[in-house]
Amino acid sequence: MTAVSIAGVSKVFNAGRPDEVTALSDVDLTVDSGQFVSLIGPSGCGKSTLLRLVADLIDPTSGTVTVAGKPAAQARRDQEYGIAFQQAGLFEWRTVRRNVELPLELRKLPRAARKEKAEEMLALVGLADFAGHYPAQLSGGMQQRVAIARALAVHPPLLLMDEPFGALDEMTRERLQGELLQICAKTGTSTVFVTHSISEAVFLSDKVVVMSARPGRITATIDIDLPGRDEAARQSPAYFEHVTAVRKALRA
Amino acid sequence: MKRIVGALGGLIVFALLWEGYKAVGNPEGTAVLGVKVLPRADDLSMPHLWTVAQRLGKPELTGGRPVWQVVFDACLFTLGVTAVGFVVGTAIGFVLATLMSRFRVVERGLLPYVVLSQTVPLVALAPLVAGWSGALSFGPYPWQDWMTVAVIAAYLAFFPVAVGLLRGLQSPTAAGVELMRSYAAGWWRTYGKLRLPAALPFLFPALRLAGAAAVVGAVVGEISTGTRGGIGRLVIEYSREATSDPAKVYTAMLGAAVLGLVVAGVVSLLELPLMRHRRRVEVNVV
Repeated sequence: MTAVSIAGVSKVFNAGRPDEVTALSDVDLTVDSGQFVSLIGPSGCGKSTLLRLVADLIDPTSGTVTVAGKPAAQARRDQEYGIAFQQAGLFEWRTVRRNVELPLELRKLPRAARKEKAEEMLALVGLADFAGHYPAQLSGGMQQRVAIARALAVHPPLLLMDEPFGALDEMTRERLQGELLQICAKTGTSTVFVTHSISEAVFLSDKVVVMSARPGRITATIDIDLPGRDEAARQSPAYFEHVTAVRKALRA
Repeated sequence: MKRIVGALGGLIVFALLWEGYKAVGNPEGTAVLGVKVLPRADDLSMPHLWTVAQRLGKPELTGGRPVWQVVFDACLFTLGVTAVGFVVGTAIGFVLATLMSRFRVVERGLLPYVVLSQTVPLVALAPLVAGWSGALSFGPYPWQDWMTVAVIAAYLAFFPVAVGLLRGLQSPTAAGVELMRSYAAGWWRTYGKLRLPAALPFLFPALRLAGAAAVVGAVVGEISTGTRGGIGRLVIEYSREATSDPAKVYTAMLGAAVLGLVVAGVVSLLELPLMRHRRRVEVNVV
């Protein structure tokens, strides 16, 4: 089963104007069900654009994007994915729990079911005690965990993440990486993860997609095969080999 | 508690300034090179505050009701008119802001006229509204004079709401809007769940301005249309007696000032239940 299928996709911004930019050129990519795929590359390589195409936040200039076997627009309407951005983007006037409930509200779940689900999700990201807090009372790392809980609340088969840990310090980042992997394994979610950190991409992914800029395109796809995904894995020779391989691919 | 102390402190400072100036100021006023720079400090221009307070307790006319009752009733009348004007103006402001945030073309076409509407001098507008309204009626209910005044109050009140709310409705980040799009939420749901709550911090200051503007509109409206019964009318009536009974003018002005404070206070009360997160934010980051 394929979670995401991208075929011959190009994206041109401001077509026909002097500031025309080819953000993506002829991209093909497949994400299998349950797979964790990272998109990595220099700024301007179109990795975020690619993610937004999958999310149907923008339309491709050419080519097709298929999510869960449907066109991307249909998949968005059916809410086949959850999304988290670099900024947590919580609604400051809602408590943590009500932020997580937002997608459930829009799906018209009854109040009691919403509350239960939101509390379950907050427990999953280790924030059960902060349900009644407002976002401004939380640290950046905690806000990001709330955003992940919100993205997961509807149990989407696909999770789209655009540098979700980009604004966090290294220690928080590594802890959240571990938590994210556990959650994905537990829920069987497929994930497309945009990052500019090589170590993050290697540690998290089953497959790292290396992109280059001007025009944005995929230059290499590297399968990652680590013995485990714990702290020991970060020290393993296999891990460093993969890091080197990705780094080489980025330089090529 | 702190606010009450602050408000009382402000009142005391004002009283000290008033009486202080009366004590040291030139009764004939101070002129520099023939230009008057400080007002007269005599009893006719600046009666003692206690004279004004005493005047409140005395009858308006010989044998009539005490002044404070007359001023109070007039304030209540104007408060009612102000409230109607405020509610109508706020509603219009809401509709305009919503339309402008929904349709770019409406914003471009309408916003300049919204701004322009406030540059029309109120005193020119008031007789015009009064003139139109003579021909209007709601079924069996004929148009009342106070409605003209309420229209003028609404005309001033809608502006801050329209502009402030528009700014607020446009305040959500692109990420917030995209998040709603990712939830397949349409325009109305995005409005209800994201734009409107995000606009509240912009709306409340605008409402306070609208409240003040509605009071000004009602008072000026009463004066320029000659509507009876309100505090604006009373200010005009009492000022005719300014030479013989200066304290009486100030009782009416005091009434108008208190009216403004009451409206400002009521409007800021609206904010309390809706802005809980703002007050809780002060708590330390855990």
